[in-house]
Amino acid sequence: MSEATATDLSQIPASDPPGDAARAAQFLERPALVTNKRSMHWITERVSGIVESPAPLWWWLSVLLSGSIAGFGFLCIAYQISTGVGVWGLNHPVGWAWDITNFVFWIGIGHAGTLISAILFLTRQKWRTSINRAAEAMTIFAVICAGIFPGIHVGRIWMAWFLAPIPNPNWIWPNFKSPLLWDVFAVSTYFTVSLLFWYTGLVPDLATLRDRAKNKIAKFAYGLFALGWRGGNRQWRHYEMVYLILAGISTPLVLSVHTVVSFDFATSVIPGWHTTIFPPYFVAGAIFGGFAMVLTLMIPARAIFGLHDMITQKHIDNMCKIILLTGTIVGYAYLMEFFIAWYGGNPYELSIFIKRATGDYAWYYWTMISCNVLAPQFFWSRKLRGNIFVVFAVCMAVNAGMWFERFVIIVTSISQDFLPGAWQLFHATWVDVMTFVGTIGLFLFLFLIFIRFLPMIAMSEVKGVLPEADPHHGHDSQQGVPGVTAKSEVHA
Amino acid sequence: MSAQSKKKLYGVIAEYDNAAALYHAAEKIRDAGYTRWDVHSPFPIHGMDEAMGLGRSPIGYIVFCGGTAGLLTALGLQWFTAIFDYPLIVHGKPTNLIGTIPAFFPVMFELTILFSAFTAVFSLMLFTALPRWNHPLLGHQQFKKFSDDGFFAVIEARDPKFSLAEAEEILAAVGGKNISEVYDE
Repeated sequence: MSEATATDLSQIPASDPPGDAARAAQFLERPALVTNKRSMHWITERVSGIVESPAPLWWWLSVLLSGSIAGFGFLCIAYQISTGVGVWGLNHPVGWAWDITNFVFWIGIGHAGTLISAILFLTRQKWRTSINRAAEAMTIFAVICAGIFPGIHVGRIWMAWFLAPIPNPNWIWPNFKSPLLWDVFAVSTYFTVSLLFWYTGLVPDLATLRDRAKNKIAKFAYGLFALGWRGGNRQWRHYEMVYLILAGISTPLVLSVHTVVSFDFATSVIPGWHTTIFPPYFVAGAIFGGFAMVLTLMIPARAIFGLHDMITQKHIDNMCKIILLTGTIVGYAYLMEFFIAWYGGNPYELSIFIKRATGDYAWYYWTMISCNVLAPQFFWSRKLRGNIFVVFAVCMAVNAGMWFERFVIIVTSISQDFLPGAWQLFHATWVDVMTFVGTIGLFLFLFLIFIRFLPMIAMSEVKGVLPEADPHHGHDSQQGVPGVTAKSEVHA
Repeated sequence: MSAQSKKKLYGVIAEYDNAAALYHAAEKIRDAGYTRWDVHSPFPIHGMDEAMGLGRSPIGYIVFCGGTAGLLTALGLQWFTAIFDYPLIVHGKPTNLIGTIPAFFPVMFELTILFSAFTAVFSLMLFTALPRWNHPLLGHQQFKKFSDDGFFAVIEARDPKFSLAEAEEILAAVGGKNISEVYDE
């Protein structure tokens, strides 16, 4: 930590203007959400331009690479389905390993998108507007990746219809008292509602692309999905109400989804799983890991597409603070779990926790602690939050750390539980690894397709937070009486 | 645009400089007593509902009904399958409604959300008369700017108070520019 601080401090004289008063004023003034006084037309041009310009070479190469990785992942899944779950490193006590780790990992990633789109909307955090579109897309793609694993981990995938409320041949219905069935409802509802919310937000921007479209196919496709949107206030007033409602219902939804995921573990009697701290701990961890993924995607995207005026330092700063906050909550949960393992007086529980920190999987545990608790501590420093390389490195650490967290929770608990005679360690096979890598490929592939064909920044929402979007803006500025004086620079 | 003269008049459109100008124009058009008119902007303008004299959207009440339907669907589904049709004794848990209902809450909650979301989106389409493949305004070249940075007010010909001269006059009186007629195809 000290090394990174030292290198960063050395840059201050070069980049920062001197003078205490100027610095204080700079910190006290609320930074503009869109910097350099960009006009509405500039926003339209910059964001639509990404979609309208021909695909660059790097995009084709990235799509090819991520698509190939995803394709190989699907081959692994085909191999696993045709052969059996034994091709993973599963053994008798360890029936859940990378599959469920990956499931929880991906579901968690999605939560930041919903937090940005719903919770930050309800709390009127206007800075969310420039990142919510991409974050919601990330949510949907992450849930797609997550949904693969519960489907394939059952082994006999042709029995997947047992998950639906359809009676089986013995006329027995699914067990609605089981958290695994709650999970089916929670995750499928989460996916559906996220998709509806995302699409509702997209409609005005699809209309922009429709109105700008030059070729027939684009005109047809964007025209179809824009639904004939005309931006009339008689449409907007219903639109705003629906957007508010979707935000209002997505907020408890996102909290419920990871709560239900944590119930998969917490309602069992396995030591290390059977704890009441799981729901809040899982939700905080999900938001923590999700924000790290948002930054992982947005930092390169903003550099590549020159979006610095819309995704400003303030956005990165805010997200770093949320990572610091939720990372600290997660760190507290790690400590509290350990404390309760001792204080609860259950020898099995305590034994699991001591084994986590010192046993065969200790390096997983300490990787988790380093990545999730120690790495975010860099974000206490404003200077380090302003250094894009530090931010990116910490986010990559958190991405890895959150995967390790789920592995530690799942595998350490079941590999060495009550009977020492039944203990076995889990070792991943190449199929385990490549199936997971395949979902990373799928996630990136879908995200690349998204930035190619859809506006990655919610144009209509960003325009709505510009100062001139306020109908009373003109009254207290020097621009004169609106509508009477010369045209604003917007139309220039 | 010459061919449009033979077509049916849809309304009169005027362009405004910015959100504030459109806001004040809306207040004037409202006060003039028009009912079939609208303002078009790239984003929802804060306070425009009052400026146009529109009330609160009723969609919230509809969504409440949709959510309630979801809640009852989930309760009914779980009661029917787990209590009425084939009571399954798992973990020694009770099989009556009172004893089991806590285990039903998660699915009841999720279906409430799911039904609410669908109700909200379908209500939006119903109330905004979407999806719609075409519209007179969408064929108007100048109007295309609404989704970029254009602010427009449109008074429709089917407004009972409508007359071409008066509509053009009021749109111009409140700062409207590039006033033109929109024709239906």
